[in-house]
Amino acid sequence: MRARVLVRPKQGILDPQGQAVERALPALGFAGVSNVHVGRLIELEVDDPARLPEMCEQLLANPLIEDYEIVADNGEEPSG
Amino acid sequence: MKFGVVRFPGSCDDLDALQAAERIGEAVLLWHADHDLQGADAVIIPGGFSYGDYLRAGAIARFAPVMEEIAEFARSGGLVLGICNGFQVLCEAHLLPGALLPNASLRFLFRQVELEVIDAGTPFTRECAPGQRLSIPVKHTTGRYYSPDPVHVLLRYAPGQNPNGSQDDIAGVCNEEGNVFGLMPHPEHAVDLLTGSADGLSIFESMKAHVEHSVAV
Repeated sequence: MRARVLVRPKQGILDPQGQAVERALPALGFAGVSNVHVGRLIELEVDDPARLPEMCEQLLANPLIEDYEIVADNGEEPSG
Repeated sequence: MKFGVVRFPGSCDDLDALQAAERIGEAVLLWHADHDLQGADAVIIPGGFSYGDYLRAGAIARFAPVMEEIAEFARSGGLVLGICNGFQVLCEAHLLPGALLPNASLRFLFRQVELEVIDAGTPFTRECAPGQRLSIPVKHTTGRYYSPDPVHVLLRYAPGQNPNGSQDDIAGVCNEEGNVFGLMPHPEHAVDLLTGSADGLSIFESMKAHVEHSVAV
């Protein structure tokens, strides 16, 4: 199965990358943008999608500082 | 007293750490792929970019063969010092609490900072006085310490000197048992007045005093 793992900074932790982007957009004339966060997208092909959460916990994300979301390539949450 | 200094692919301060340790005792390099600490009395994980720091700083190095030995060594009470990237590796390996995030400025930092010794009663700070100031350089991009839980702080950046946005000005923390210590500043770069400060030596001297005291007891 092809899957995408979206990794984001945990809420409440300072996200200077998101802030920098948020400050840059109005400078280019894009007004009305707020709550910008910059994370990471990991695309992978996996035989056993049930093991994805484990992979996220142990390597793909650091659960202390990051939230992750697993999305199947068809856009649905993978089962298991 | 024998220090073991780990070398990962991408380590870059391993030789400085080795030379700093050699001022205090014997020192050997430990290869990342070996399950062998060569009888070291204390282990130093130096700065650099282990395995390129791909994904997150320290995230890949955590799985190196030598890290299994280091985790076992730490569990049995052995002294482990992680400097900069070594600190990041120890956090990723859950041998220390918390995590290191990108600097609040998003910039690479390279400057001399003043540190305050918060706890002078540990194996890493026993040769310091409580409240003593140490002048030691920092150089990093990912040094903003964060922990959701209370931690045992050994060193803080002096007031007004926090370079990276670290929580509560934290520069270095140890584990609950007090035998694993990580810090972002580089004591191995502050061992000779020729380069501005020799204050970093007190960390290595403390480790030696602790090991020799333990042997004597």
